[in-house]
Amino acid sequence: MSKLLGHREAALAALVVALFAAIGWRAPVFWSAANLDTLLNDSAILTIMALAQMCALLTRGVDLSVGASMALAGMLTALLSRAQPELPVVWSILLALGSGLVLGTLNGVCIAWLSLPPIVVTLGTMSIYRGLVFVVSGGAWVNAHELGPRFVAFPLERFLGLTHLGWIALGVAALGYLFLHHRSAGRELYALGGNPAAARHVGINGPRRELLVYVLSGACSGLCGYLWVARYAVAYTETALGFEMQTIAACVIGGVSIRGGRGNVSGCLLGAAFLVLLFNALPIIDVSPFWQPAISGAAILAAVVLNSRSEPERRRARSWKPAGNALGART
Amino acid sequence: MSVESSAPVSSPPVLSLVGVDKRFGGVQALAGVSLDLVAGQVHALLGENGAGKSTAVKLLTGVYAPDAGCVRVRGTALQFQSTQAAWQHGIAAVYQDPALFDQLSVAENLFAGHLATRRGGWLDWKAMRQRARASLQSLQADFDVQAPLGGLSLAQKHLVAIARALTHDARVLILDEPTAALSRREIDHLYGIVRRLAQAGTAILFISHKLDEVFAIAHRYTVLRDGRQVAEGAIGEVKEADLVRAMVGRSLTQIFPKAAAEIGDPVLQARELGNGTAFEGVSFTLHRGEVLGFYGLVGAGRTELVEALFGLAPPTHGVATLEGQPIGRSPRASIEHGLVLVPEDRQKNGVFGALSIRENLVLPSLRRLARGPLLDRHAEGTLAQQLVDRLAIKHTDLEQPVNELSGGNQQKVVIGKWLATDPKVILLDEPTQGVDVGAKAAVHAFIAALVARGVAVILVSSELPEVMGVADRIVVMHEGRVVRIVPRAEFAASALVAAALGSVSARESTDVEAARAS
Repeated sequence: MSKLLGHREAALAALVVALFAAIGWRAPVFWSAANLDTLLNDSAILTIMALAQMCALLTRGVDLSVGASMALAGMLTALLSRAQPELPVVWSILLALGSGLVLGTLNGVCIAWLSLPPIVVTLGTMSIYRGLVFVVSGGAWVNAHELGPRFVAFPLERFLGLTHLGWIALGVAALGYLFLHHRSAGRELYALGGNPAAARHVGINGPRRELLVYVLSGACSGLCGYLWVARYAVAYTETALGFEMQTIAACVIGGVSIRGGRGNVSGCLLGAAFLVLLFNALPIIDVSPFWQPAISGAAILAAVVLNSRSEPERRRARSWKPAGNALGART
Repeated sequence: MSVESSAPVSSPPVLSLVGVDKRFGGVQALAGVSLDLVAGQVHALLGENGAGKSTAVKLLTGVYAPDAGCVRVRGTALQFQSTQAAWQHGIAAVYQDPALFDQLSVAENLFAGHLATRRGGWLDWKAMRQRARASLQSLQADFDVQAPLGGLSLAQKHLVAIARALTHDARVLILDEPTAALSRREIDHLYGIVRRLAQAGTAILFISHKLDEVFAIAHRYTVLRDGRQVAEGAIGEVKEADLVRAMVGRSLTQIFPKAAAEIGDPVLQARELGNGTAFEGVSFTLHRGEVLGFYGLVGAGRTELVEALFGLAPPTHGVATLEGQPIGRSPRASIEHGLVLVPEDRQKNGVFGALSIRENLVLPSLRRLARGPLLDRHAEGTLAQQLVDRLAIKHTDLEQPVNELSGGNQQKVVIGKWLATDPKVILLDEPTQGVDVGAKAAVHAFIAALVARGVAVILVSSELPEVMGVADRIVVMHEGRVVRIVPRAEFAASALVAAALGSVSARESTDVEAARAS
C-alpha cells in the first residue's frame, strides 16, 4: 500500500510542479517569491479544512457543514469585532474556536451517539448553520470599515517572514501528521474506516473516535471562519459558500478514499496545492473564473477515476468478498 | 494434454479445462491443469487454500481468461468474454457467501439479471413467480417467493442460489464450499439435492475442505497443490489419507494433536448467563490451561454466547467473571482484562483488509508500543515480524495489505494480533472454518502452544472430530441451553451428536452419525 501511495503521490507532486512550471512559462511573474507567498496564503485555509475533511472521510463519514460553520463562526467574530473593535485578536480566535467546537460537537453527537448517517446529519446542519448566519446578522454584511484594524490585519501579518495564515496552516498540517500517523487515536481512524465491525472487535470505541473527528472538524471550521472573514475583510451570509466541496475535492485528488480507511497528510496537502494552483492559473491563461466550480468538479471526477484504477486490491475485495450483510451464519 | 485417457468416463465432458496456465504477476496460480466435468457426475476439487481452486473456478466461469490452454464447452474451445457468457452456456457457480440481494424478494433474486419480460419490455411478474415456485419446489424448498430474501437462513439462501442456477438451465453447477456454514441436517438436505441434480444429468463441481463430504457424494476427484494437479481419479479407488497426503504434500499423522497441558485454577466462570433470545441459563467454569469445546448445531446460541462474554452484546442476566472481575461489558474492557475473541466471520469482523499486515498485527498493542505520546514504528515492525515468524504467515512484505493473503494466512493474522496482548482467555469461534488442512493444523498447534503457557481456550466448533480432538471437556448446547458437559474420558461421537440434537430421538441421531461416517 505504501508503495502504491508513494507512487501516486510522486505522480501528483510531479503534476503540481509541471503545472507550476507551465503557468510560469506563460507568465514569469508567477515564479516570483511574492507570488509564492500569495499561493501559500491562498492555500492555507483550504489545506486546514481539507485535513479536517480527510479525518471525516477516513472514518467513512463526511462533513458537509464545514463551509456553513466557517460562515457562522466568521460572522460571530465579525459581529464581536464590530461591537468591540479594540478587542485583542486572541478573543476573536477563542470565539471562533469555541463556536466551531459547539457546531462540531452537535454534528458529532448526532453521528456518534445517535448513529445517524454523517452525510444526512451534516447536510442538515449545513442548512441550519447557514440559516443561523442570516439570523445573527439579520442578513446584513459586516464590511471592512466596521471591523477592528487588528482583527483584519492579523492573518497577513508576518512572523519570521511568513504570514500568520501560513504559519497556522503549517502548524495544523504538522499536528495532523502527528495525530494521524503517530498517535494511536489517529491510527484507529484508519481501522474504523477500513472495517467498522472488526474495529469493534479489537476494542476501538467507534462513537468516541467519530465524535472526536467532528469536534476537530468543527474547531478547524471555526478557526478558518475567522481567518477567512479577516483576510477578505468582510463577513456576509455567503461566506465560504460551497467550500465543503473544495475540501472534498482536495482530499479525493490527494488520494483519500471516499470509502474510508485510506489517505494520508502528504497526499491531502498536494491535493489542496493542486486545486489552488489550478484556480490561480485560470486568469493567467485567460479562462474566466466563472469556470472555477466546473473545473474543480472535473478535477474531482478525474481523480476518482484515477483512484479507482490504482486500487487493485480494493477492487478485488469488492468483487470477491461482497461486503457482508447478515450472510455470516450465527452459531 | 487432456486427462481423458486416464479417466474412465462414459460420456464426453460437458466442460473441461485443458492444460490451463494462469499467472498473476509473479505468482503462478495454475500450471498445466486439466479437468473434465461429465454430465451426471459429481467431481470434487480439493486442495489447500491458495492451491488454485478459486482460480480454476474463475476460469470455468469466465471471470479470468487462461494464459495458456483453453476452456472447452462440449469439446469446443471457447473464450468467455464475461460471466454472463458462461451463464449462457449453462455454467453456474454458487459461492460460500451466495451473492444475492437481501432487500429483494426470493423471486426477484432468482431472476435478477435476466428478468422475464412480456412484449413491450413490461416485467412478467406472474411468469416469474410461477417459475420461481416451480424451481424451489424441485429443491423441496417451500418458502414464499414474494418474501424478502433477507429473512431467510443461510441454508435457505444457498437453496435460492442453486435454484437461481437452475432457472438458467445450468448444465454445469459449481458449488464452492456450499456446506461451510450449514448445520448437519441442512447439509444432508443439500446432498440429496446434489445427488438428484446429478441423476438428472447435471455436471457438478464440488469444492470442499471436508473430506467426509467428498466421500459422501463425489464420483471423481482432482487434487491441486501450488497450482499443479497432483492427483485425480475415482473416489471409490482412494483412501482419505491418500487425499490428505496429496493436498499437503506430506502425511498428516496428527491432524488433531492434543496438548498435554496442566489444568490449573478456575479462571473464567459463567453463572446462569442469558440474553433473553439466543441462550439461557448457561453456566460453566473454565480453568487455566484448559480447552473447553462448545459443540452444537448451527443456531444453538454458541456464537451469541461468546460474543456476550466478550462484551459485544452484553448478557441481559447472569454473571460472568474473569479471575473474580465481572466481564462482558465492552470489548475494550474484556481486552484489558485479558479476554479476547477471534470472531467467526473473518472477513466481516476480523481482518482490516486494506491495512497492512503490520498495521493489523499491532492494532491492539498500539498503546503499549508507543513511546510516550507517539507511536513507535520501529517497535511495531519488530513485533509484527516476531508474530509473522511465530505463526509462519506466508507473505512477501509486512507492508502488504492483508487482502492479498490467502484465507488461512488471514486467519493467522486475526489470531496473531491477540498474542502480543498476552491474553488469559481466548475465545475461538469456528477458527478453522473455510481454512485448508495445513492452516487448520497450524491453528491446532497454536491452541496447544497457548494452553501450554497456561492460557485458557474456548473453542466453538461445529466439526465434531475437531472438538473431540482438541478439547479437554465439551459443552454441548442445544437451542440456547447447555445440555451436557462431557469430560474427555467420556467423549463418544454418537452421544455428543445425540445431545446436540436435543429432543430428537436416539434412533435418528445414530442415523446422522452413520451419515457422517459414510
